[in-house]
Amino acid sequence: MKTAISYPTEGAMGKTGTWRVFRPSIDIGKCIKCWRCWIFCPDAAISKGEYPVIDYEYCKGCGICANECPVNAIEMGREEK
Amino acid sequence: MVSDRGEIMAIKDLPEEEYVLKGHAACPGCPATIALRITLKALGKKTILVIPACCSAVIQSLYPKTSFGVPTLNIAFEASAAAASGVASALKILGEKDITPVVWAGDGGSYDIGIQALSGALERGTDFIYICYNNQMYSNTGIQRSGATPYGAWTTTTWTGKKERQKELAEIVMAHHIPYVATATIAYPEDLYNKMKKAKEMKGPRYIEILTPCPPGWRFDMSKTVEIARLAVETGSWVLYEAINGKVEFTGQSKRILEGKERKPIEDWLKMQGRFRHLKQEDIEKIKRELDEKWEYYRKVMK
Repeated sequence: MKTAISYPTEGAMGKTGTWRVFRPSIDIGKCIKCWRCWIFCPDAAISKGEYPVIDYEYCKGCGICANECPVNAIEMGREEK
Repeated sequence: MVSDRGEIMAIKDLPEEEYVLKGHAACPGCPATIALRITLKALGKKTILVIPACCSAVIQSLYPKTSFGVPTLNIAFEASAAAASGVASALKILGEKDITPVVWAGDGGSYDIGIQALSGALERGTDFIYICYNNQMYSNTGIQRSGATPYGAWTTTTWTGKKERQKELAEIVMAHHIPYVATATIAYPEDLYNKMKKAKEMKGPRYIEILTPCPPGWRFDMSKTVEIARLAVETGSWVLYEAINGKVEFTGQSKRILEGKERKPIEDWLKMQGRFRHLKQEDIEKIKRELDEKWEYYRKVMK
């Protein structure tokens, strides 16, 4: 019997960033590097650089990062296109 | 910072490895993926996930691709604990000692449909971890009532509000006298991570339940997922504890509440969710009374 096997792939459901209606943007000047945005991102779309880096190809724009940021360094703005 | 008990104290100390890959099929603001990310950070890649029918089976995405970076076995709704027993036996025969079989099931697949397989596996002393991520309803199939749905909550099958109380599966599991039982929620990642780490280092059946507030099912804005989870603990509606070999200890905010810190008013939590919008004052009074009784019970047994 042959078993169906799937393999780990980034973007298995395509570029999920196209689902986004509101776009988060980080004000690095305000960031205190607590990394709450990083751990609470359901899409693992925020990575740890020197400051948090958002991957807009996959960010679905839920806004948890902006809601959880203790210093309000992340703002949600409407996508233009 | 790491405490002398080897517990992680700050979010920045959590490992960077990701086993939930970007571009998965979850709704925006999904709590299950937050929980799974933190869980797999703790359990590492030497893990075999067993996933029954639940949201995560969809989040995984479509054949021939998967969004999970660890081996995953998909199985029928009621069979997750039985399948994990098989995986555990296979690992034992192969002599693989450092691979952990982990069931990742929703509350429908644990509280209702999977409970007999779960109970059986626990009683047999199967060496595995059972994780129930509890969003208090069947959200994958479109928000139906489950055994975990609280009193008064709207679902598509209780559209005037559920008339019965939810049951406490963690307490049912504790009655099986297993080495480790814990409850957690996504709002406290360090707490969740440390409990997973602790479970990983033990042997025998281990059970962890995670509260995961679901934006489309509970009817709230998707940015409030973590806030609602935090409020659930602060209002005393969700309780954080762990039981090592039957010895129960409350953790985090719940410990502070047990020690006498005042609970936030439950109305704050209810008002944030559309599923409680129809509640009358008498329903809220009933919820309050039951919550007081629950905490009184905890204070009595924890003395």
